Amino acid sequence: MAHTGRRDAPELPDFSLLKRLARDQLIYLLEQLPGKKDLFIDADLMSLLDRIANVTTLKQHEVDKLYKVELKPIVSTSDQLCFLIRPRIQTVKWIADIVNSDKASGRFRRYKIIFTPQKFYACETVLEEQGVYGDVTTDEWAFYLLPLDDDIISLELPEFFRDNFLEGDQRWVTTAGSALRLVYSLYGPFSKVYGIGRCAKMVYESWRDQVEDGEQKARQPEIGNVFLIDRDVDFVTPLCSQVVYEGLVDDIFRIKCGSVEFGPEVTSSDKSLKVMVNSQDKVFNEIRNEHFSNVFGFLSQKARNLQTAYDKRRGMDIQQMKTFVSEELKGLKQEHRLLSLHIGASECIMKKKTKQDFQELLKTEHSLLEGFEVRECISFIEEHINRQVRQHKQSKTIVVDLLRTQRCRSSLCSYNLINRNISYGIEHLLTFANLKQIGLLVEQQPGETLTVMESKVGKLVNDKTAGKLTDAFSSLAKKSNFRALSKRLVLIPKSGEEYDLRVPRDMAYIFSGAYIPLSCKLIEQVLERDGWTGLEEVTRMLNGHEFAVTGGTNGTEARIKTDPQRIILVMFLGGCTYSEISALRFLGREKGYKFIVLTTAITNSARLLEALLDNHA
Amino acid sequence: MTRPKPEDDEYWNSSKFSAFTFDDEDDEFTKMKESKRAVNSMLVDDDDDDDDVEKVSWSGEPIGSISWSVKETASSIRSSGEQSFPKIDITPSLPKQGSGYSLSSLFKGKQQVICCSGLAKVFSLERFRSLQEKLLLLDEAVSENDGNVITAVLIYLKKSLSKEILFRELMLREIALRHYVHYLKEMGEQKLLVELMKALGRTDDMALMQYKEHLNIKDEGQRRDFLKNCLSLPFSQDDAIHVQDHYTLLERQIIIEANDKRGDAEIFKKFPRKASILNMPIITTLYYSCFYHYGESDGTFSSPANIRKTFRISEKQYILTALGARAKLKSWFDVDSLFNTKNWLGYTKKRSPIGFHRVVDILQKNNAPVQVLQEYMNLIDDPELKLSLAQKYKCHDIVIDTYRDLKDRQQLIVYRGKVERGSKEDKKIEELLCNMQIRWKN
Repeated sequence: MAHTGRRDAPELPDFSLLKRLARDQLIYLLEQLPGKKDLFIDADLMSLLDRIANVTTLKQHEVDKLYKVELKPIVSTSDQLCFLIRPRIQTVKWIADIVNSDKASGRFRRYKIIFTPQKFYACETVLEEQGVYGDVTTDEWAFYLLPLDDDIISLELPEFFRDNFLEGDQRWVTTAGSALRLVYSLYGPFSKVYGIGRCAKMVYESWRDQVEDGEQKARQPEIGNVFLIDRDVDFVTPLCSQVVYEGLVDDIFRIKCGSVEFGPEVTSSDKSLKVMVNSQDKVFNEIRNEHFSNVFGFLSQKARNLQTAYDKRRGMDIQQMKTFVSEELKGLKQEHRLLSLHIGASECIMKKKTKQDFQELLKTEHSLLEGFEVRECISFIEEHINRQVRQHKQSKTIVVDLLRTQRCRSSLCSYNLINRNISYGIEHLLTFANLKQIGLLVEQQPGETLTVMESKVGKLVNDKTAGKLTDAFSSLAKKSNFRALSKRLVLIPKSGEEYDLRVPRDMAYIFSGAYIPLSCKLIEQVLERDGWTGLEEVTRMLNGHEFAVTGGTNGTEARIKTDPQRIILVMFLGGCTYSEISALRFLGREKGYKFIVLTTAITNSARLLEALLDNHA
Repeated sequence: MTRPKPEDDEYWNSSKFSAFTFDDEDDEFTKMKESKRAVNSMLVDDDDDDDDVEKVSWSGEPIGSISWSVKETASSIRSSGEQSFPKIDITPSLPKQGSGYSLSSLFKGKQQVICCSGLAKVFSLERFRSLQEKLLLLDEAVSENDGNVITAVLIYLKKSLSKEILFRELMLREIALRHYVHYLKEMGEQKLLVELMKALGRTDDMALMQYKEHLNIKDEGQRRDFLKNCLSLPFSQDDAIHVQDHYTLLERQIIIEANDKRGDAEIFKKFPRKASILNMPIITTLYYSCFYHYGESDGTFSSPANIRKTFRISEKQYILTALGARAKLKSWFDVDSLFNTKNWLGYTKKRSPIGFHRVVDILQKNNAPVQVLQEYMNLIDDPELKLSLAQKYKCHDIVIDTYRDLKDRQQLIVYRGKVERGSKEDKKIEELLCNMQIRWKN
């Protein structure tokens, strides 16, 4: 759509190289186990594998049958078993069981585990403890980076969030450091690294340690600057309902590894359709960053244009028709197909959102962000909770929906959660414990004053969490901080002013003009100031851990805004949302930057809360 | 360029470190070097020259030092070597731990590449026999930030130290402790985990952890018995109420389920159950009871009143739930009586803890007839809200009456265009417009 921005933005580097590297390495690893073999793949690695290889590739390297890891007894008759898995203790235990039962029945096979992106010591210990160390060979497939689009790279490690921020396990720090190192060695050297968050600091250190062996090459960098940010610096943004098209598609249909499955209600046939949603889809590419209110208008205009193009056929003679068919028709048909798909998706989004009182939910969220009418908001949320429960039967959906509506008040203000277990499903006591741990939920004791409550919260958090992590959490817990932060950074535009969503004036457009995402605002400010100077108050409220460091290739060169200097890699530790990516794309157009988002996973409110659910054994 | 290092200050000011000096061949120093070496299996053992690395602490420093990062970036570059990103220190901002062994920060700044798989192979952890050595090893691992290495060391300590000693030392090392807890969780070492929580005095966490076990129990009866046993665990006050509710609820659901499974009553034949009520949330249970057991006397376990009372359900929640259930069954009479209250003179009046516009919404979603909708719509105080709802649900009479009450002749004329010509509504508008007694405002 008509976005006027700076047109001199630099070109993005080519990331397809990353896929080739990963594929070549996988092939190499498969060849380490010569001969026919059956391959067991972790369920969450399957889509990932689809992006870089196909069955033919695997077959060419003597993979006979493919199985999904299901932690059940296996039926394979092959003499060689290869397991391609994430380094998880549970999976390794399952493999050890297979080996032991083979042994018991006198069966001889060869086993190989390929851990990706790396192995953990704890996993190897399991092999040792189960007495199969040595019977099983292990390898690492260092597949860190999956390009999801021209400007999005994902580690596809959703567990990074829970492990790091909830459990306090730093097992992925080195992984993230290695991922950054890979980017660095292919597209660097970087000139500046900015960051905020405890994990960000550790990742920076890990990366720095890894490149220290004089790896620096004298070459033209393709990525100039890097910004590292912890997810717990900003929990508010990922918890807001998304209203930009790509974010909505993710919220409603769940984009997985860059692809989405549209059900019959979208395809208007009896079949579901899996499609890639990225810049290759010309229709999608034009609406992905748009506020949903603009999407219908755009799609219908597009449909009219298409009709006109088709209509050209009328009155053509044979020759013209021939040219038309060979040159234009295919493109038109393709566009037609995409157009009808996205129209179907938009309709479906409309329907679903109307059903859930989406308008009112948004209003509530926005009021909470502004801190207005908190009482009314809470009463809305309460009613919503009750009504939702009756609409769904499955307790899991209920909880996600409920926590979703409930999140704003929990993250932004302390409150008294009346009869919490009544609505949420009784087993979510444990989920609540998790929410408390991570700082998203603060319960107010009735009758206590706020100060008492706050000190209590402080104590609660200190008791349970480690070192500096506590500060980040308690910061969120204190209701004043978000308010103060949003005031200082002007995250909430003045209410009452008209906001034309067709002509966005700032990043707030991704939330209907109601809120500029904190994470993106920080990035904007730091890039503008070339550091954290002047943001001391802000970083104090975010519990510090900010840094800005310069690599020393050449001091003067760093100051000249060369093209690579305007290509900025933003690494989200713990996940980022499509809305944030849209906001950064907007910022890039405004300021002449190009942002590349490197994230541990794509997240949204549902995924974030699901990561904290504890209703299964 | 000579900036004070916070560690140095701390070192000199703290008496904890008094046994240690830089230059001697102290025992402790040697041990530490060893533990460090084990952690960094690929350590390049060059000079212990701390000075060739620029250390900058970015947190807890005065503002000046932050701007320093911007202005003097060039000067922060190490003169030797090509690589030149400065080290940023993570440790100083962490609270110093009580143990005397947290000296590892002094050894920051070496060039290290951690290779975890190499860890076990190259170095035999068994060399670390004394408690002191083991703890140094752990602290060194923690200071490296790599969770994989921390866990590796913890696995070794788990094997080579008694529980009591390990727990005691972990109490002083929060980061290591969290890794240990996570490791035990993943290994499914529930019993040890509970012992650990107990040793740490985190009794409410311990209670929660034991309570979590119920998720593994499939049989309802066993689950109920398990929950009953949980009641005596040392939960925090809030959690205790919750667990009590959980137990009471399941106990009750089992009773209800046993009766309703047979489905003898008329209502079950008319509206067969889609699922069992076992393990459903309280509000679902209340809905179920409002649907299948409405009107039962307070004494029965399955009656809505009893469930409401037992689980302290607020009036608002109760009304919303009952309304949904009765509307679904199209029992408009029950809906009516939900909102009826009698005043002291015996007059019946409609009152609701939720806005009547919400009531209308719910009724409409359950396909209530227009008369029912209109009745509740008329109870909405705000005329704007009433109008918009009436228009949305095509309750013409209400729209017309409201415009009449607002004396808005213009709007009435506009609305006439929306009703069918010659219909009842059309005539009504016609009559109103001709009525000379109304004093229109426009």
